[in-house]
Amino acid sequence: MENLVQLAMQNVNFAAIMPSLVLCCFGMAILLINVFMPRGKTTSASLISIIALLVTAVVSLQGWNNPQFGFAGHVALDNFATFFNMTFLLAAGLTILMSDDYLRREGYPIGEYYPLILFSTAGAMWMASGTDLMTIFLGLEVLSISLYILAGMFRHQLQSNEAGLKYFLLGAFSTGFLLYGIALLYGVAGTTNVADIGLYLSAHPAMIGNPMTVAGMLLMSIGFLFKIAAAPFHMWTPDVYQGAPTPVTAFMSAGPKAAAFAALMRIFILGLAGLQSEWTSLLWGLAILTMIIGNVTAIYQTNLKRMLAYSSIAHAGYALVGLVAANAVGVSGILFYMLAYTFMNLGAFAVLVLAGKKGEENLTLEGFSGFGFKRPFLGVAMTIFLLSLMGIPPTAGFAGKFYIFAGAIKSGYIWLAIIGVLNSAVSLYYYLRVIVYMYFKDPQEDYSWVSMHTGAVVSIVIAIVGVLYLGIIPGKIMEMAKLAIF
Amino acid sequence: MITVNHYLVLSAILFALGTFGVLTRRNAIVIFMCIELMLNAVNLSFIALSHHLGNLDGQIFVFFVMTVAAAEAAVGLALMITFFRNRESIEVDDISMLKW
Repeated sequence: MENLVQLAMQNVNFAAIMPSLVLCCFGMAILLINVFMPRGKTTSASLISIIALLVTAVVSLQGWNNPQFGFAGHVALDNFATFFNMTFLLAAGLTILMSDDYLRREGYPIGEYYPLILFSTAGAMWMASGTDLMTIFLGLEVLSISLYILAGMFRHQLQSNEAGLKYFLLGAFSTGFLLYGIALLYGVAGTTNVADIGLYLSAHPAMIGNPMTVAGMLLMSIGFLFKIAAAPFHMWTPDVYQGAPTPVTAFMSAGPKAAAFAALMRIFILGLAGLQSEWTSLLWGLAILTMIIGNVTAIYQTNLKRMLAYSSIAHAGYALVGLVAANAVGVSGILFYMLAYTFMNLGAFAVLVLAGKKGEENLTLEGFSGFGFKRPFLGVAMTIFLLSLMGIPPTAGFAGKFYIFAGAIKSGYIWLAIIGVLNSAVSLYYYLRVIVYMYFKDPQEDYSWVSMHTGAVVSIVIAIVGVLYLGIIPGKIMEMAKLAIF
Repeated sequence: MITVNHYLVLSAILFALGTFGVLTRRNAIVIFMCIELMLNAVNLSFIALSHHLGNLDGQIFVFFVMTVAAAEAAVGLALMITFFRNRESIEVDDISMLKW
């Protein structure tokens, strides 16, 4: 018995899970603190959450160029995981900064909101650092279950109820497929360890064409493509994004998407390298479909949250192009793009958070008439984020798209890159339309309800700095992204 | 003689039944039960394969799947109750406020 314990303890390496451990401890502490706080006082909880994220960032950075492995090959805190951890922490931080005043305005100052964000961030970290399908699955579920609650948080609002319920039903449905895929791959390789599956497949090339392997790969991808919001698994995205509380939408569009990309990259590139021709042809088609559906449908939207939801589908398509390319530039381009997307999309959502009235019925194109002149700072900020989402230099969006399409061209997918660029051109229409409404329409209202809450303004400023930094000097971060891939 | 293939076929049938139920049923709770059926079909696969391969990973995985399913049920039923309170229905056809 003692030998067993010793054997088990040899494999334990807490350094490998330290970031998520710290986050979870803080999350539970905040849950406890909330019990003793008067109802409606959530500012202290949000401050502690920010501290938690900063501490986690410091802890996570210990893993940079100093990879930690632990728990019998289930977890690895390598450069790849560290880079993604930073993206998740940034998304969570910006979300928490913009939330405090928003929750009070909407009449739901619920302290449990912050621990849930921290828990879902911890889940995202497990997905990025999981090297076993079991860990990745657990991370996905921790992330998803927290998000189901967050999406349905405003429990007296029918919209929020619907968003939560839809997200839950479709999310659980896609989990079923993911698990079945894992079961089939386990049956083929006899292990759930990603690297061991890769070793098994390279040692037994005959198994690569086996229907069970291919079916396993396809079913497993469904689960991740659902989280990424790639077509044809994107149906939930617009409804959930529109119905969920705006900061939660902001977090959902950046955190889980990056986490699912991290897991997909690790599994496809390390575990299923033998099936590369199968998954590139699958993702090639899906990338095109996702870009076209996202961009074309976004044109018809008048609600800005819904428009950003379709735009987030389109951006998932651009990032998939990098995975199709599957070379150093394309794959590190995804890492860069996810970081850039976090800055620009959360920035845009932070502006929406400030611009919304209670109940948010004014977040339409009409509602933004003349907004740019009445609220100059928010107008300029929104313009910068929209330009970045379009991919206009010198912003982060341009650099990200540049790397990804360069990767595609390098791997010989010239048509894919051309379709991607054409899609970017289509996206100009609906992003520019918002700018036109902000600056060239006569204001209908005086926007007196817009209060410049410190937290949200700080998050907008951080996002602007990030977008411009990544756009003007992308080289340094890109070098780090190149060090982070396998 | 019952081999691992029998279990895998049974599991595939159960999984297909669950999927069919999710796509055709209209009551959110029945849909959720169909999802549970899918998860349990997967569990059956895991256990059969684990026995066949002679390693324990599959059985451990089943524990995790059951834990996660329990957590999901708690959250899902709570979401359904809040929806029912506002709408007095859990038919998915009534989840129709947000549309394209």
